Amino acid sequence: MKQHMRMQDKIILRLGAKFLVPFILLFAFYVQFHGDFGPGGGFQAGVIAAAAFVLYGLIFGLDTAQKVVPKSWLEKGMAIGVLVYGGTGVATMLLGGNFLEYDVLHHHNGQHYGIIAVEAGVGIAVTCTMTLLYYLFAERGRR
Amino acid sequence: MPIEALLFVLLVVLALAIAHMRDLFAAAMLFSIFSLLSAGMFTLMDAVDVAFTEAAVGAGISTVLILGTLALTSNEERNGPFRLTPLLVCLGLGATLIYGTRDLPVYGDPGAVVHHHVAPEYIEGSHNIHIPNVVTTVLASYRGYDTFGETTVVFTAGLGVLLLLGGAARRRDPEEEAAPQATSEVTS
Repeated sequence: MKQHMRMQDKIILRLGAKFLVPFILLFAFYVQFHGDFGPGGGFQAGVIAAAAFVLYGLIFGLDTAQKVVPKSWLEKGMAIGVLVYGGTGVATMLLGGNFLEYDVLHHHNGQHYGIIAVEAGVGIAVTCTMTLLYYLFAERGRR
Repeated sequence: MPIEALLFVLLVVLALAIAHMRDLFAAAMLFSIFSLLSAGMFTLMDAVDVAFTEAAVGAGISTVLILGTLALTSNEERNGPFRLTPLLVCLGLGATLIYGTRDLPVYGDPGAVVHHHVAPEYIEGSHNIHIPNVVTTVLASYRGYDTFGETTVVFTAGLGVLLLLGGAARRRDPEEEAAPQATSEVTS
């Protein structure tokens, strides 16, 4: 706790983090949505996004970070990510295909749509889980 | 080639330094650098997806989690009595692994078995659906079930930590609510 407070007073750390966090998040989105065409994908994007939140939490303190991303969102996000992935599979089944058979989603670009959907699910689940892990560990350190 | 040799030498030096180190804070930092160098190695081997993960998880988040754990315990490694069995187990395991590498194909060998099993079909299929990154095609489409399982594992791991660490903290909250707030006002 005391450490967090002192971190905030260090102007270089504070400005550096403030400058870096948006770019890290932007990079995470790039990795997420460009995963079909370049390196990366949902897992990598999720971890990079979580790294941005962890950096924010380290510099500005856990309380400020939890105001930006409350813990209850993360708990729900973890489940939503898995549901998005599984839901894509159920959607393909409802459209008459097998579980996760993306071709039925669209006559030409089915694979693209399916992959983007499941990668989004992975990204959400990983971002939320990793950030939540950090919250839980850091919270415990204060008690 | 020389940069790979340099990275290998640095990795070995770091590993020895970590093994020798008693200060766990410094060891955690060296582990982080170790991961970053590994990520560089993966990039050189064109495994950029793996390098991403190694840099973000190994060098970033896991280091933060280790530091969080150190805050709960101690920064110093306790000096126990010297034990022979763990040393022999480690040396034996290392020797087995090195022995195992003798059967691996040469790095980049186009004749290696892995390049002739399902890989050609994956590459062709990925080309047919116009997705240049074959890794993504394999992960999300060909091996969609596996990745679903992995996502569930991540979810389950998060749930486990939440139940172990989060539940206890929340139950204690109502009683301690007054005390922590008071201390945080003092420190700020």
